[in-house]
Order: sequence, then structure tokens, then C-alpha cells
Amino acid sequence: MSPSPDIIVVGGGIVGTACAAELARRGATVTLIEAECLGSGATAAGMGHLVVMDDSEAQFALGRLSRDRWDELSDRLPADAEFENCGTLWVAADDQEMAAVRAKETFYAERELAATTLDAAALYEAEPNLRPGLAGALHVPGDSVVYAPCAARALADEATEHGATVLTGRAVTRIDGQRVLLADGTAITAGRVVNAAGDGARHLTPGLPVRPRNGQLAITDRYPGFVSHQLVELGYLKNAHSSGQDSVAFNAQPRPSGQVLLGSSRQFDVTDPAVDHAMLGRMLRRSLDYLPGLADLQIIRCWTGFRAATPDNLPLIGPHPSHEHLWLATGHEGLGVTTSLGTARLLADLMLEGEPPLDPAPFAPARFEFVGGRHA
Amino acid sequence: MIERNAQVVVIGGGPAGLAAAVAADRAGADSVLLIDANVDPGGQIWRGETRRRPDQRNATAGDTLADFGTSAVLHLGESRVVAAPAPGELLVETAEDVLVVRYGSLVIATGARERFVPFPGWTRPNVMGVGGLQAMVKGGLPIEGKRVALAGSGPLLLAVADSLQAHGARIVLVAEQAPSHKVARFGMGMLMDPGKLGQGLGYAWRLRRVPYRRGWWPARADGRHRSRGDASDAPVSRAVLTNGRGQEIIVACDYLACGFHITPSLELVELLGCATEYDTYQGQRTTVVDGMQQTSVAGIYGAGECIGVGGLECALIEGRIAGLAAAGHPAEAAPLLAERDRERNRAQALNAAFSLRPELRRLADPETVVCRCEDIPLSRLVDLSSWREAKLHTRCGMGACQGRVCGGAVEFLFDWEPRSTRPPLFPARVGTLAAPRD
Ligand SMILES: Cc1cc2nc3c(=O)[nH]c(=O)nc-3n(C[C@H](O)[C@H](O)[C@H](O)COP(=O)(O)OP(=O)(O)OC[C@H]3O[C@@H](n4cnc5c(N)ncnc54)[C@H](O)[C@@H]3O)c2cc1C
Ligand SMILES: Cc1cc2nc3c(=O)[nH]c(=O)nc-3n(C[C@H](O)[C@H](O)[C@H](O)COP(=O)(O)OP(=O)(O)OC[C@H]3O[C@@H](n4cnc5c(N)ncnc54)[C@H](O)[C@@H]3O)c2cc1C
Repeated sequence: MSPSPDIIVVGGGIVGTACAAELARRGATVTLIEAECLGSGATAAGMGHLVVMDDSEAQFALGRLSRDRWDELSDRLPADAEFENCGTLWVAADDQEMAAVRAKETFYAERELAATTLDAAALYEAEPNLRPGLAGALHVPGDSVVYAPCAARALADEATEHGATVLTGRAVTRIDGQRVLLADGTAITAGRVVNAAGDGARHLTPGLPVRPRNGQLAITDRYPGFVSHQLVELGYLKNAHSSGQDSVAFNAQPRPSGQVLLGSSRQFDVTDPAVDHAMLGRMLRRSLDYLPGLADLQIIRCWTGFRAATPDNLPLIGPHPSHEHLWLATGHEGLGVTTSLGTARLLADLMLEGEPPLDPAPFAPARFEFVGGRHA
Repeated sequence: MIERNAQVVVIGGGPAGLAAAVAADRAGADSVLLIDANVDPGGQIWRGETRRRPDQRNATAGDTLADFGTSAVLHLGESRVVAAPAPGELLVETAEDVLVVRYGSLVIATGARERFVPFPGWTRPNVMGVGGLQAMVKGGLPIEGKRVALAGSGPLLLAVADSLQAHGARIVLVAEQAPSHKVARFGMGMLMDPGKLGQGLGYAWRLRRVPYRRGWWPARADGRHRSRGDASDAPVSRAVLTNGRGQEIIVACDYLACGFHITPSLELVELLGCATEYDTYQGQRTTVVDGMQQTSVAGIYGAGECIGVGGLECALIEGRIAGLAAAGHPAEAAPLLAERDRERNRAQALNAAFSLRPELRRLADPETVVCRCEDIPLSRLVDLSSWREAKLHTRCGMGACQGRVCGGAVEFLFDWEPRSTRPPLFPARVGTLAAPRD
């Protein structure tokens, strides 16, 4: 084994690979350790919608920073990362939601993020397969989609180019101060350790305020042109973040292959990764409600994924409040593909004494009281 | 949404499924439901038999289909099991409807499908599986006067050559990959079995003018467009066979039919959580069953090719045992067990004689397409270490066929753990999976 790295990053999902790439690019010697293959956790399950959300000022800031960085990265991404600037349409069902569209437009405008309100006619021109009777939509042209597992692999490749060591198929069994123990019995020592193991992070660092939140997904066969923007119902936020309750929201994404990817559902306290047909059925009925023409299209596969959710839905980025050498980059809930690049930037600035591009406080792990845990 | 309940539900209308359904019915099951994707009962081997005049039917087929026709079994044709939403419950899609089927016990008889071994040119038009070509000919594809080369392994090659010849095809070559001594040993085995011998001698006589080369296999399929010259999408114009010692046989042909054994259809088995295991004789995974054909999940039975490739007699007798056990009368199956074991042993001997040689793993070029749905060449797979990695990073096996075609090939080429099975088992309408439950 090469000399001890400055930093070990545990977890080769989109967040871990982004952090490894950023840290390596900025001169740190990095070892990235992934239990399975790159991008195989939540990163393999999620929709990969690169979207700037506005549910809090901090979320917006991280989202915008991240989306800008995705745009920069897009030129360097390989074709199989399928980066596509399709834009988002936040669909309003009625006048009440239309008022929310205008409020959202104002919020974005005040922060200089391009977004325009579409009336019903413009909406149907953009997406003729939507059901009649909708009120309009907010069009956010700068949002994109990416195929995250290949993007994670590309980020790991970038880390390697900058001297990082990438170990795959190697599970970490324990993080013990500056030592990381692997399932095969080896131990690696580093200056600092970043736990970026997604939902797996809570097993390595007991006491993390993170809970898995299950989501069902379904993908159709190829129907090019059936939808052309990422379509999300405006009630999404309301549905998605009504903490506690199981919920579904209409979310449809055009894949470059012509397939349509359908989400989304949210369930706490589910540990079984098998498809839950009751929840899947509810989610698909919601999709049919917005896109009735889907009924006769064929679904070729359904699956599920787990989002690592914190109580305030913001990720944990920064030093662990009580473990000296341990840093955290997890808890990205349903936005981690988007916010991975902003997370990497923020983490690297904090670790390598750079100038943070945004206020780190809302993301500081110390904002929570960590309960339990071996050393806490 | 329609609801159906039955004491015994059988999935698959091939010989194994038909035998199971009839046995369960005769044993006195309250209700037996047979669900099959095809319109008519018969499965792969008896495709089209029900449309023939009874006096022209194959005798075993005739008997089995007649027994089925006069039984009280409810036959649900053109229906596919697409998901298992809850224990004891199946979601079934038909052309128009969605059904929820609840069972007391279940017999899985989903059969097998052809295994493809990729070699340069295998994706050209008119290069196809022996079973596929046979089904198309039974379905009306004109084959009269066409030159057909067959390559692959096992008695199925000769059976298909015989049937294509009977439809007027000119069989230009049958290339058996197994070496002569293994085939000869298998021939000796058949001598011990008068029934099989008669069948074998029949083929031998009818195919006596056809070159039958043992120890040869396809190296590539060349193609030519009449007008545009050589192109990768041109139909096959000649087959190039090799014996691995630098020699080649080149034959002109209109069709190249390949048959590298068949591979059990395990999707439903896996979805229901029944255990599977790697069978070294067959070189592939099969369903684990006990002496009464019960899988690792209580109340779920397996019979026929989906628990391991065994042929017609094996499928029939396993079906009967499974049907009796599923109906709650396992004791009545006791007299059948010894014969079933003999059939299985015979099948294993056959599988051993025609086991695929390791050279077949190295036929594909880096450019040879392995996954046809997603157009993934071999070069993109060789450095990967698992199905999951292949799927996530190349989309291999993620297309409409969900690995039904490339799965067997990939399993043969690389020693990867099997793929995960997720619903739907077949492409299913959004409306079907959205159907409200309770
Ligand atoms: C249904 C669903 C839809 C989503 N849609 C979107 C969307 O549209 N847009 C968006 O931006 N985000 C979306 N997300 C969220 C996004 O997918 C996740 O936030 C993001 O992938 C998290 O990345 P990660 O790297 O933190 O975690 P993961 O991708 O889970 O990566 C963690 C990695 O760590 C590895 N690991 C775990 N334990 C160990 C160990 N002990 N040793 C070594 N390695 C280990 C795992 O194998 C895994 O590869 C969605 C998520 C879901 C579930
Ligand atoms: C392509 C091919 C060609 C063959 N040709 C010959 C031949 O010429 N001669 C010969 O002796 N043997 C042949 N065999 C072998 C022969 O089919 C078997 O020995 C015998 O038929 C096994 O019967 P079975 O009932 O196990 O399976 P099968 O006959 O394959 O029957 C399985 C049935 O289950 C149905 N099914 C599968 N999944 C589902 C689902 N989820 N929902 C509803 N229905 C489902 C299928 O549509 C099919 O009708 C062939 C096999 C294959 C695969």
C-alpha cells in the first residue's frame, strides 16, 4: 500500500466521488473506499434531476452553487453520464397552485435564477400529453438531468487523475479515529476520514441524525417525445416534505433513450428494498392523473431506493461535533445528486482552509445533538 | 380489476404445467387455474398442436391435451404473471384486463428459453435460435428450398434439423460442438433405451445425407447485402465453423440456426423468493426443489424445465408429482418418484455429454454485441466485475427484454452472480401496475 493518504473518503456514491475529486484536485492525497461498485447505493436508484429547490434559503444556495458546478462539469462528462439540460416544469393544477407558481417565480427572480410562468396554453404546447384542465406551470430552463452512476464513475476517474487511490469492492467495517478497518482485515490510516457512505453512514458512525426514507420508481419502454421536460407537480414540496406521513407526488422524467422515469414516493420506517405494490400503485395513479396517456405504455422495471434524511432535510457537511478526525458528508435526502458538487466544494473549503462559497452553518453537523454512539 | 381464487394455480401451459393441472384436478382439488402466456395450451414443444386434426397430433401431445381439455381446469390463455404484490397473490395481465389471482398452492412451470452464445455476426438477420426458427416455421415462415446451417449442441439440433427438413428446408450442415467421443458415449447410453433409440435412428435415417460434424462450432457469421456489399446489418450469407485447430468449414446459407442448450426461466421463481442453485452439469442456475417438487418456499412447487433442463418425459412426470403434492395428495405421487429420478439422471447424463466447451466463451470479438436491446459490445463488459456494475455502468440487461436474451450469454461468458429480478416480469402497462388494490 502507498504511504498514508491525507484523507480517506468512505463511500463511492455521487457524494463521495464528488468529494474525492474535489479534494484530490486541490492537492490532497485521497483514498476513496467503496463497498460495492461506484454509484451503487442511492445514486443508482434516484432520478438524477439537477434541480434548484426553494424550500429554504440554505437549500437554495447549495442547490444553485451545485447546479452551476454541474453545468461546468457537463463539458467534461462522458456521454454515458447522459447530462441533458431538459429544464423543469413545476405543474400547477389550479388557481391556488398558480399563485404558488408566481410566488416561486418571484423568489427565483429576486435571486437572479431564470424562471418563467407558463399559462395553460403555453404548458400544453410544451407538454401536450398532460391532462386537460391544468392551470399552468413554472418553467425553470436551467435545470438538467444526469445519469448519476456514470457521473460518479467519471468523478472517481477525475480523482484518480489527480492522484487519488480508488478501492472498490472493499467494505469498511469501522472508522476508528484515524484508522479505517476493512472487511478483508486490512487497516488504512489517514490524517482525516470523511464518512460519505450515504444511508450506510449511520452504521459506521452511530448516532447520526439520519433516517432512511424509501422511494419507489418505475421506468417505461422507449416512447421518444412523450414528455420533454422534467415534470413535477407543484404540490411536490408539500407532499415530499410533509415529514412523517407516507406520500406520493407526480414526477416524470424524459430519459435520453426515450424512456420515461416515474417517481416519486416517500416512506419512513421501511427497510425492505422490495417493490411495495400498494405504494407503487398509488404513485402510478398519481402519474396517470397528470399523464393519462401513460396507461397503455409499458413499464419494463420497477425498483426502490433509500434517501438518507435528516430532521431538517438539509445534509450534514462538516466536522463531526465530537470525533476529532471525522468529517461528514451525508444526509442528502432526495437531492444528493444535485447537491453533491456543492457539498464537495464546501467540504474541501472547510477541510483545506479555503473560502467557503456559502454559509456553512446550516449544514454543520453540530446543529444537531448527536444521540447514542460509541464515543459520543 | 378482476379477482380469481383457486386452490391450485399453475403457471405455464407446457407439458409440465398441463400435467400438473390435470393431476391436481384428478386428485380432487376444489379449483385449478392454469395461466399461460400463449393463446393455446402446449408450451414450446406442442405449439400449434391444438390446431391440428386430432389424428395428426403427436400421440403424447394428443393424450395430454385431451386430458386437459376434458378436465375441470380453468385455462387462462394469453395471460402473463407480471408481479407478486403480496404473499399468495399474483398480478396477471391480459390483452385487456388486469387480474389479481390468489392461490392456496402454486406450481411454477415456466419452462426454459434458448441460451445464446455471442460470436461475431450472431446479431445478423437470419441468424437465430433453433427454437426460434422452428417456431417461425411452424408459424408460417416459408423455408422451402432455403439453405439452413445448424450449430450448437445436443439432440435438439437434430430434432430441429429433422423438422425443418420435413418443411422443405435444405439442411447444409449440422455442427455439434461436443467432441465425437462424448457424443458416441451418449449414443451408447441411448442404446440402453429402446424408446430413445427409435427416435435417434429415425433422425439418423432421415438426416443421412446431411453432414453432421462433431467437434465444430461457429467462428462467425458473414453477411452480404445484394446491393450494398458487406455490412454489419446484412443478413447471413455464409457460416464459418471452426474446430479450434486452425481449420474452418465455410458454408453458404440463408439461415444459421444456433442452439447452445436452453436455460431455465427463473424470473417468477426468483421473484417469489424460491432458492436457486448453480448446476455444474448444466452450467447454469436451476430451481432448488425437494423430492415432492416443492421449492424452498412452502406451498410453491416447480416442475419441468424451470427447475433444470430435463426434456419432455421429465417435464410430464415432474408436473404430475407437483400437481398431486400441490393438491394435498403427495402420497399418490409416491409411485412416480423412481421414474422421475431415472428421467432426471438421464437428463443429467445428456447434459454432461453435451456440456459446452470453454472455447465457446472466447468466440466474441471486442466489437461483438452482447446485449442487443442496449447495443453493448463485449469490450465494455470485460473489465467489469458484476452484473450490477454492468447494468449500472453500461445498461447491459436493462432493456425491454430485461436480460432474457443476454442473461444466459453473460452468465456463460463471465462468472457473475445472477441478476436481481424485479417486477414486472414482463413489460406491463402502467395501468396494470397502477390498478388499485383493496
Ligand atoms: C427514489 C429516489 C429519487 C431521487 N431523486 C433524486 C433527484 O431527482 N435528484 C437528486 O439530486 N437526488 C435524488 N435522489 C437523492 C440522491 O439519489 C441521493 O441523495 C444521493 O444519491 C446520495 O448520494 P450518496 O453518495 O450520499 O449516497 P449513496 O449513493 O448511497 O452512496 C453511498 C455509498 O457508500 C457505500 N457504502 C456504504 N457503506 C459502506 C461501507 N461500510 N464501506 C464502504 N462503502 C460503503 C455504498 O455502497 C454506496 O455506494 C433520489 C433518491 C431516491 C431514493
Ligand atoms: C425455444 C425452445 C424450443 C424447443 N424445441 C424443442 C423441440 O423441438 N423438441 C423437444 O423435444 N424439446 C424442445 N424444447 C424443450 C421442450 O420445450 C421441453 O422439454 C418441454 O416442453 C418442457 O416443458 P415445460 O412445461 O417445462 O416448459 P414450456 O413448454 O416452455 O412451457 C412453459 C410455458 O409457461 C409460459 N410462461 C412462462 N412464464 C410465464 C408467466 N410469468 N406467466 C404466464 N405464463 C408463463 C410460457 O409462455 C410457456 O407456454 C424446446 C425448448 C425451447 C425453450
